[in-house]
Amino acid sequence: MYPENLKYTKTHEWLRVEGQKGYVGLSYYAQDQLGDIVFVELPEIGTEVTQGKAFGVVESVKAVSDCYAPVSGKVVERNENLETSPELINKDPYGEGWLIAIEMSDPSEVNNLLDVEAYKKHMEEEGHH
Amino acid sequence: MDLKKTPLYETHLKYGGKIIDFEGWALPVQFSSIIEEHHAVRKAAGLFDVSDMGEVEIKGKDAQALIEKLVTNRVSTMVDGQVRYSPMCNEKGGVVDDLLIYRFGPEHFMLVINAGNIDKDYNWIQKVASGFPGATVRNISAETAELALQGPNSEKILKKLTDVDLSSIGYYYFVPEATVAGKKCVISRTGYTGEDGFELYCAPADAPALWDDILEAGQDLGCVPAGLGCRDTLRFEASMPLYGQEMDDDTTPLDAGLGRFVDLEKPDFIGKEALLKEKAEGLRKKLVGFEMVGRGVPRTGYPIVKDGERVGYVTTGSFAPTLNKNLGLGFVRPDLSNVGTQIGVEIRGKSIPAVIVKKPFYKRG
Repeated sequence: MYPENLKYTKTHEWLRVEGQKGYVGLSYYAQDQLGDIVFVELPEIGTEVTQGKAFGVVESVKAVSDCYAPVSGKVVERNENLETSPELINKDPYGEGWLIAIEMSDPSEVNNLLDVEAYKKHMEEEGHH
Repeated sequence: MDLKKTPLYETHLKYGGKIIDFEGWALPVQFSSIIEEHHAVRKAAGLFDVSDMGEVEIKGKDAQALIEKLVTNRVSTMVDGQVRYSPMCNEKGGVVDDLLIYRFGPEHFMLVINAGNIDKDYNWIQKVASGFPGATVRNISAETAELALQGPNSEKILKKLTDVDLSSIGYYYFVPEATVAGKKCVISRTGYTGEDGFELYCAPADAPALWDDILEAGQDLGCVPAGLGCRDTLRFEASMPLYGQEMDDDTTPLDAGLGRFVDLEKPDFIGKEALLKEKAEGLRKKLVGFEMVGRGVPRTGYPIVKDGERVGYVTTGSFAPTLNKNLGLGFVRPDLSNVGTQIGVEIRGKSIPAVIVKKPFYKRG
């Protein structure tokens, strides 16, 4: 449920680093807590995002939730399929349910993120199982 | 704070229910997924625990007169075995609660009230009852469990478990002394989903076995355990009002579009003068249904705007699973309430276009 090759945030986003680029999505836990996702609002290509700051919104039937950028940089790709099929986040949170790709302005920020073990520990501490 | 538990709490855990705090009650918001459960109720059947609802028994020679005074709809024309929906108002015409009236006999009634209003309602009813010495009022909420079996297959499922001729129970009628799966129940053909279905009132100790037996009987007919999440999306699509959102102590039934449940011809009831005055002077706000034209999900409390000016607010908004649209209910200025009127819903600081549409959004075929 939590791939080892990803980095995680305390706010339950994941980051997959590919060179200077980082793909961003929601963790299994995040989508499971939200339930059926029915709406996604993503930034335009070219938008500057900042580590730890909200860049978009996902909404489930019952809840509205901000998504926080794992790293700073410029949005270079966004998952257009989510506009018509937001449920992809529930079905495949680490694959087809990705949100955006960021061209990182400071790749050393990745060091501030959690690896899978630290993320699991963080969930335990927050009382999530 | 410790949450109150219904007799089915352990059952919900057994079936994988995701428990949340609803008006101080620990109840499942979903078992599998809100959307899956929603579709199951529209196409087959779903079983809900609604034991959090309150029940008040009113008996005696003044019972009918007391209820007639309390509620806006007419009680005197009801027959034994009939159910009637009504708002109950305060002196200002604001809604204290909306409820179901069950007539067991000319001197025996039951009111079914909202979970979050039990104490408020009971105090209010007792206060009014002091003027009716021939009526006794008893809060029987703790000794009453309630299950709702809803959806087009409900009758077929329940038929397997009872000898009662279900087809002869009309909509908004009930059988007071029935047996379902060996348990004593009231069978009522009512519900809050916009589908056919039944609500069963039973002793708390009987509720878990009844739950299991209904689900087993419904297994080959698509019946699933269903939570509060789809209960809300289902009632919302059917545009049935929810207390606290479409109605409250400061909103009248006329504002909320419930005029057909207000009998202004009745000699006397609490709030009548205020409602007559409102009717003569015109509504202050009007409840409308709207559909989003731009991208966005309306939510409770979001402002409704027109030409940059705030003209109302959203009472309930959601993605509507059956209609596959983002829809809302909300109050607007009466002059902006016509179908086709373009409005905006303010979502995260931006006005997103929407249009007023006909209610109910969904009506079963």
